[in-house]
Order: sequence, then structure tokens, then C-alpha cells
Amino acid sequence: MTYTSHADLGGRDCGDPVIAEPEGLLWHAAWEPRALALTLAMGATGAWNIDMSRSARETLPDYAQLSYYGIWLAALCRMMVERGLVTDEEIDQAQVRVAPRPLSRVLRADAVADVLARGSPTMRDVSAPARFQIGDRVRTRAGHVDHHTRLPGYAAGRVGTVECVHGVHVFADAHAQGLGELPEWLYSVAFEGRALWGDDATPGTSVAIDLWEEYLERA
Amino acid sequence: MAHEHDPHHDHSELDEMDLRVRALETVLAQKGYIDPAALDVVIDTYQTRIGPRNGARVVARAWVDPAFADWLRNDATAAIGSLGYTGRQGEHMVALFNTPAEHHMVVCTLCSCYPWPVLGLPPTWYKSAPYRSRAVKDPHGVLAEFGVALPEGTRVRVWDSTAEVRYLVVPMRPAGTERLDESQLADLVTRDSMIGTGLPKAPAEAA
Repeated sequence: MTYTSHADLGGRDCGDPVIAEPEGLLWHAAWEPRALALTLAMGATGAWNIDMSRSARETLPDYAQLSYYGIWLAALCRMMVERGLVTDEEIDQAQVRVAPRPLSRVLRADAVADVLARGSPTMRDVSAPARFQIGDRVRTRAGHVDHHTRLPGYAAGRVGTVECVHGVHVFADAHAQGLGELPEWLYSVAFEGRALWGDDATPGTSVAIDLWEEYLERA
Repeated sequence: MAHEHDPHHDHSELDEMDLRVRALETVLAQKGYIDPAALDVVIDTYQTRIGPRNGARVVARAWVDPAFADWLRNDATAAIGSLGYTGRQGEHMVALFNTPAEHHMVVCTLCSCYPWPVLGLPPTWYKSAPYRSRAVKDPHGVLAEFGVALPEGTRVRVWDSTAEVRYLVVPMRPAGTERLDESQLADLVTRDSMIGTGLPKAPAEAA
């Protein structure tokens, strides 16, 4: 089966303008805050990790047609159904038909502040030296991989310069597939506009992208 | 009356989504997976406690306190944490200081990663296809749509936050603000100026 992400939008031709929005406008429908909170609360149960959520969202076949919280809601339902936590019929009929499955945690109201303030740090202890240093020239992996990844398509097979070394972080590609954290060194790699877009690039522009060591080889 | 048909604002669809989310909440609560009171706390937190005024206080502090600015430059997570802003979607922070030579702008082309503890929930445009597709390729064009024209010769560096590092742009302090105190300065710092798609307000605009 071929993995297709519908979320890898960088550099796609999209003539539509960006529509500014005033500060403080958070919701565009009454259900949106509930969808956000349901997603956070179910995420806090530990039934999946955040990289699995991102993978579930980006592979929704109707991703491009859905609103942002529509994507969240569809992915939430999908992950719960896949894990046998609910059935489509239960959601459609608003009725419990199948006994609940045990979850390791439930987010209680009095724990919300602590859970949000703690977050889920992804930095891990260093177990091997970093392969690259600031200033090193590196080339990114070219070609498709059949799973969730954070190397954007527009930066595949391109040469850039290591700009920051961020330490060792949970490797999203592996984490999304349920293979464990497999932490790796994470870098910001800066690409000149020309290296990404050729003659279409605006002079004096560059893009820095956060990339794990596995995506990179010395250029 | 003529108006454009937008599926996301169609009333019957909104009602349908509203019913679906209510149904889901009911089922999950009855199964014991969620505590509806916890949902209320989550929503209230992002409506009243965690939003871009937090980031504005970080920027204003950096403008008035050079030692804090250095701390922010060297260990943004700790410096921001010292003001009480920590956690979800801001576990690993980096501050990007704009200069006359270089302007920073942040995007997440793959989803909508955003520094929640300092900026709150992302605006719709930040999550939209036009911004995510164009910010990396045509930053000047996007800036123009926000009414921002940078001085000739200013380099633009776009940061695509593809991992768990979250970026806060520290805009340059506007001229003519020498007499303002920290809280007045924070009022000049807009959300968009901390994403890099805007500039801080001038003192007269904020008055």
C-alpha cells in the first residue's frame, strides 16, 4: 500500500490569497471548541501519540475539502474506530452499543492545567554524537517513503546548510508508525531560495526546515 | 440577496456538525473515556489564559531587559517559562530576533504547528492551504497581502516548523517608544508580528 499525505502543501501552486483574521477570533462554529477539546482529552488518554494523530489527519482522503477542525474530528473518529473504542454506528446514533475498552488514563477537569503546562517534551538523552555541526553542507533524502515523514516534498533531494542543532528528539516517522520513539538528532537546515525553487526564487529569501539526521547526508 | 456559497458556513452543515460532535461527546462520556467538565476547562484555558498576549509580554520584556533578551536568545524555553508560559506545543522554544538585515517568518507547511503557550491557538489563515503553500516560496507576496513591505535589501528567512521545535519571532522595537513602560510596549506587539507576517504597531496606533 502506498502512503499518501494530502498535507504536504509547501510550494504547491495555490493562487488563493491569504485572508488575515483579527486576534481573538478563535472559532467559526459552535462545535469547533468541543472538537478541539475532545481531541485533546482523547489524546491525553494515551490511546495513540501525537504523531499517529498527524498521520491519521494527513491521510484522510477528503483532507483538502475539510475545514481544519473538520480534519481533527474526522481523524479523531477514525483513530477511535480503528482501535475499537467506538463504532461508526455509535457515533451516528449517539448511543453506546459496545462495552467500553479500558484506557490507561482519563483527563479530569482538575488535571487539565497541569497536563497542558507540562506538555509532552520530545527531547531525549544523547546516546551518540551528532553527525553534523553548524555550517555543514547536507543533502536531503530524495524520493518517496511509504509512511508519515517530516521531510517536506519541496525540500527532498536539496542541499542546504546546518543552521541549528536542536538535540536528540523523538523521531516522528517511527513514532507515527508505532515503532517506538527511536530518538535522533534534529537540526534546522537552511536552504537558499534558489536551491529550492530555481529561477522562481526571490533573491534574498531562504527557508530553514527542522530535519532529523536520518533525512540527511553530507553534501 | 446574493452571497457566495461556502460549504463551511452552510447552516445545515453546521447543524449537522454540531449534532455529530454532541453525539460523539455523549458516547465518549458514557463510555467513561472523557470528563465533559475537563473539556470546559480546556476551552476556557485557550479562550482566557493562553493567547498572544502571553507572547507580547515576552517580547516587551526582551525589549526593556537586555539580560532577558540574551536569555531568550540562548534558551528560549527557559526564558519564556520564567514568565509562566510552558507546555503543550511549546515544549521546545526558539526565539528569532528580527534585525534591519533579516526578517523572520514562521510556517508549518505539513500541518499547523504553532507555539500555543505564547500565541494560543493558530488563526485560520495560518492553517490554510494558501499560507502553507505560498509562505515558503513567495514570502514577499504573502507579506504584501498582510500589508507589510520590508525595506529594500532586507533578507527574509522562513522557518518551516516540521518537528517539535516551536518558533517565536521577536520583532524590532518600534521607534519613538523610549518613554513607554513594559505593559504599554506589550500593547504594540501584535500576534502577526510574532509570526512574522506583521510588524508591531507604532505608538500612535496603539493609543
